[in-house]
Amino acid sequence: MTYRNPPTTPRKSATFDDYTLSEIRRAAATGIYDIRGAGAKRKLPHFDDLLFLGASISRYPLEGYRERCDTSVVLGSRHAKKPIELKIPITIAGMSFGSLSGPAKEALGRGATLSGTSTTTGDGGMTEEERGHSKTLVYQYLPSRYGMNPRDLRRADAIEVVVGQGAKPGGGGMLLGQKISDRVAEMRTLPKGIDQRSASRHPDWTGPDDLEIKILELREITDWEKPIYVKVGGARPYYDTALAVKAGADVVVVDGMQGGTAATQEVFIENVGQPTLACIRPAVQALQDLGMHRKVQLIVSGGIRNGADVAKALALGVDAVSIGTAALVALGDNDPRWEAEYNELGTTAGAYDDWHEGRDPAGITTQDPELMKRVDPIAAGRRLANYLKVMTLEAQTIARACGKNSLHNLEPEDLVALTIEAAAMAGVPLAGTNWIPGKNGF
Amino acid sequence: MCGIVGLFLKDKSLEPQLGAMLSEMLISLSDRGPDSAGIAIYGAPSGIEAKITIQSARPERDFRGLDAELAKAIGAPVSLAAKSTHAVVRTTPAKIDEAREAIKALRPDIRIMGAGDVVEIYKEVGLPEAVVDRFGVREMTGTHGIGHTRMATESAVTTMGAHPFSTGADQCLVHNGSLSNHNNVRRGLIREGMTFETENDTEVAAAYLSSQMAHGKNLSEALEGTLSDLDGFFTFVVGTKNGFGVVRDPIACKPAVMAETDQYVAFGSEYRALTKLPGIDNARVWEPEPATVYFWEH
Amino acid sequence: MPAINAFNAGNVSKAAREPGHNQASKVFDLAEMSLRELNQALHNLTTGSNETAWEVLHPRGSHSVAVGVDQPVAIDVRGSVGYYCGGMNDGSTITVHGSAGPGVGENMMSGQIVVKGDASQYAGATGRGGLLVIEGNASSRCGISMKGIDIVVHGNIGHMSAFMAQSGNLVVLGDAGDALGDSIYEARLFVRGKVESLGADCIAKEMRPEHLELLQRLLDRAGVTGVKAAEFKRYGAARTLYNFNIDNADAY
Repeated sequence: MTYRNPPTTPRKSATFDDYTLSEIRRAAATGIYDIRGAGAKRKLPHFDDLLFLGASISRYPLEGYRERCDTSVVLGSRHAKKPIELKIPITIAGMSFGSLSGPAKEALGRGATLSGTSTTTGDGGMTEEERGHSKTLVYQYLPSRYGMNPRDLRRADAIEVVVGQGAKPGGGGMLLGQKISDRVAEMRTLPKGIDQRSASRHPDWTGPDDLEIKILELREITDWEKPIYVKVGGARPYYDTALAVKAGADVVVVDGMQGGTAATQEVFIENVGQPTLACIRPAVQALQDLGMHRKVQLIVSGGIRNGADVAKALALGVDAVSIGTAALVALGDNDPRWEAEYNELGTTAGAYDDWHEGRDPAGITTQDPELMKRVDPIAAGRRLANYLKVMTLEAQTIARACGKNSLHNLEPEDLVALTIEAAAMAGVPLAGTNWIPGKNGF
Repeated sequence: MCGIVGLFLKDKSLEPQLGAMLSEMLISLSDRGPDSAGIAIYGAPSGIEAKITIQSARPERDFRGLDAELAKAIGAPVSLAAKSTHAVVRTTPAKIDEAREAIKALRPDIRIMGAGDVVEIYKEVGLPEAVVDRFGVREMTGTHGIGHTRMATESAVTTMGAHPFSTGADQCLVHNGSLSNHNNVRRGLIREGMTFETENDTEVAAAYLSSQMAHGKNLSEALEGTLSDLDGFFTFVVGTKNGFGVVRDPIACKPAVMAETDQYVAFGSEYRALTKLPGIDNARVWEPEPATVYFWEH
Repeated sequence: MPAINAFNAGNVSKAAREPGHNQASKVFDLAEMSLRELNQALHNLTTGSNETAWEVLHPRGSHSVAVGVDQPVAIDVRGSVGYYCGGMNDGSTITVHGSAGPGVGENMMSGQIVVKGDASQYAGATGRGGLLVIEGNASSRCGISMKGIDIVVHGNIGHMSAFMAQSGNLVVLGDAGDALGDSIYEARLFVRGKVESLGADCIAKEMRPEHLELLQRLLDRAGVTGVKAAEFKRYGAARTLYNFNIDNADAY
């Protein structure tokens, strides 16, 4: 009688997982790095690892509705003649016209205006639609300087000097030929249909000492009216924040690695820049050490998804948060109703990130005239406003439960962490203990 | 990030004003560096004495009686002239190394800012105006000098984090920019036996230069070495016994302006630093080329 | 059309611009008044204002002198300036009777800037229109990321000039430093002297009659005499980087 060995269960490698195997095959076939949009997709320590304590015998909650919980925030009080007053501490992050369609930008403007908050231009410059539909518009000042001009600088409500972003701290913009339509080409002074190369440094300044002079120039051009923001990716949040303050910034924006981009190398997104949670405490610490906390406002972005994320960021000392990816999802990005078309593209709803190809079934990250029609700016704007409303209500619910009459009175002491990493990063105790790793010699 | 100045006098009649001129230059760059400032003044050689500039956070405690104790320890006359947190110790040139060791033994908290026949180095936390006032720099006489005002990038704002950093006898370095491989270079230098007081990238550059010269290179060759061994963005100005040297990295993004007349050669991070120099309107003004070592010496 | 057509770069330095001639110049002494007051006064000008001639005294290396001006006035700056003089200029004619620091005329939209002395790094950076004339030398990164500006340099230019230059014309009577036109798009470069080295995708190109005419017009506008268009060589994009190709990976 022959004895057969029982087979072992087929086992895939955690190191060489399916995604990695497919990427090696793709690289071998094409000889070029993988380019995609969105932010870091791998699992990272994040706000989910933090919990609020809430009310108890020692801490009393507020009643909903009658006992108000303020959500407003003022940005740019340090130097600007006209600081920005927002009704909610959630803004729409910079996303370019070019990477997004015109209707999508319009929808963002409409939704933000309904909600009493701001939108931000991106690498392509300011469009009439966005200025027209967005009551409060932040104008990005990027290394590329595409479309930059003093008229738009003066009709912006704030100026955001972009040093870097979370998805690619140290990388420049990227827009491939498929999306350089006539209109995009004209705004960016590029030939139509080519692949845009990107500058990673600003053309006319390098370093915080020169940034200070550049910020002064922007203030002089705009007669000191507008708040000047400085945006950095999640590289060295303590030093970057301190240097932005020393260079004269009114607002510092720190974007963690979960922050999205329209297009860059996948390896950049997943391997450069720190998680948003790891950036917050050092940035706040830098402001506190300089005596500038609340005097120079801090905006944080990268993976903000719901009111709990908003409340946690504020509790850690942030003045406002910014959303990008989440705003696009609210508009209809990666919606399952286009599943058949996602399948044709070789992907599925929720995973689609080849935004650089310009074939977005949702009509958002495309310049294709037919696809663009799938976004109704008014309806999509309403959806964004709904989503912002829900996030605000959620944050208020949490804040009231913690006994706060303002979102900005949330404190780190209202939080505990579920993991050692989150406890160390956020500087709050591990739940059930007094232990904050790294503090007091532990 | 920072502002740097350098001034080399060709006209001896300007020497009494060296400190005043350098102070003005430095103060004009205050915006570039609000955290701390430092200045190295090269005075006239006395021929009979060499100097050590020392610093203490507790000068009343540490400087009191130090001259007598030192004289006893090394068996040579010692004088000490204190200015706020710094003091200049003078003694016989042959005894300078012994004096340094003795200072460390007698007063472990004292830091040595620099030593040599002619150099004095003063650096402290604070705006340039405050620093030059504190040390009476405006009244100082000399043949040449370099100065620095600092906006700390990645290390702390402390006295020792300020520039200039001493690299050898009568030599010191100031830097505008940000190195990117200084941690690796520092580790290599530590293995060679060098010690570091700060996390500062400039301290690494200074130690690198000292190390290269200890291995037999002259200063010019050592500065050439920085172009291949140090990575990042830098404009270096090095003070030497007889003059000063300048080098910019190959990418050369950090600013550098020079001005020359019959009376002086001057360096500044911005033209603004040079505007009050005599005859500046007719000076030859130019920018040093990248990856090129320049020297002006008596 | 803006009145600047009356102020040709070749004539601006002459006695015609002395105070008191033709119309009373508004004199602004930066030793007495602040930069903020100067720029605010320039921004307060309205169309049709008769304050069309300005003198700025004692700039002493100040930054951001006459930035964001959008009226067709003539501004004479008597001395050397720091960074970003004439930044985002839109229609005015600025003459710097001295040298300029980094970024002179950065992002200029239209109008004219003349620097009688030398210019530091980034001269004309990201400029979108107008004419920038440097009568001395320009330093590194001259015309970086230019987007339609015309730049004429009587002397030499430094390394990495015309980096990622998208459109416009850069004319150099002297020599050019290393890596000229690295990653260039559609800007045109005309160099009369020697080029130390060319950057990625930048090549020498044929000078056809239309280029000679264009160059001559630029030389005339800039008040350059004593040289012929035929003495220049033209440089521009080989256009091999216009679509990503792995074989060009070294160029990125």
